[in-house]
Amino acid sequence: MSVKRDSFSLSFAVGAYGTAFGAASVTAHFTVLQSCILSLLTFSGASQFAVIGVLGAGGSAISGIATATLLGSRNALYGLRMAPILKVRGLKRIVAAQVTIDESTAIATAQKDEADQVTGFWHTGFGVFVFWNIFTLLGALGAKAIGNPSAWGLDAAVPAAFIGLVWPRLTDRKSRLIAGAAVLLSLALVPIAPAGVPIITTALLAIIVGWRA
Amino acid sequence: MTPQWIAVIGTSLLAFTLKYLGHSVPASWLSHPRIQRINTLIPIVLLTALVAVNSVTVKTKIIFDHRLAGLAVAVTALLFKLPFPVIVAGAAIGSAIAYHYKY
Repeated sequence: MSVKRDSFSLSFAVGAYGTAFGAASVTAHFTVLQSCILSLLTFSGASQFAVIGVLGAGGSAISGIATATLLGSRNALYGLRMAPILKVRGLKRIVAAQVTIDESTAIATAQKDEADQVTGFWHTGFGVFVFWNIFTLLGALGAKAIGNPSAWGLDAAVPAAFIGLVWPRLTDRKSRLIAGAAVLLSLALVPIAPAGVPIITTALLAIIVGWRA
Repeated sequence: MTPQWIAVIGTSLLAFTLKYLGHSVPASWLSHPRIQRINTLIPIVLLTALVAVNSVTVKTKIIFDHRLAGLAVAVTALLFKLPFPVIVAGAAIGSAIAYHYKY
């Protein structure tokens, strides 16, 4: 059953980076409990980093929520793709929705056999969920214990996590150009717009460019 | 309620709503090529803006400090295709060293 083995190793590797989230979240002035709730209920890495990143930089709750929600929109497309494979209703659909993330969809859609697709989805979904939450708690407690986050470099761990998340998406000229434009636009807005607004405004770039193909 | 609690609850509710919608709406609703294209670009612009803002700003000012050393380590680690935890930990170490030497 290589799909189960693949699911487990991916779950552990991805889940371990919950440590970075827990530490970053506490560094951004979220409590340990709030960090854990984000991992349990939001359960979508990029959205979680976004909300703590925006509020940590002084942004409002609204701009944090908006940025995180836009980043989570891809999960809706994953759900769309998984629904005809899983064919679940009621409570099972609620559970399936919660574990619909990058990794569970990626493992499932990489399988040829339909039974393997279902197995891969559930094993990876539950696996990442369990490890991500354990390691979030450990990271949050660790960051809380060490005091001044700058002295331990944790304030650089947040942008490093973001660049690690975006790097694999910068595969062609177009994506690199739009990324460069997003850097310029956001930094140009920093001195004049309320915190958080410079980040969410870059979504306009995606809409304008994506609209015209 | 603190802004952090509002953000935690709001983000969680909307994150689940989006996931559940995907499982529940007819496929034709979200399969338009324009939606697909915008959806591919959204994470690129938001994550890049988050890199920029979290690396070189403090409140409403652009400030270059020890965090850039961490970012440089992260980019180097990415160029060598090192795994995610190494990227984050390497950035923290680079930044901490720069911080102690007062950059």
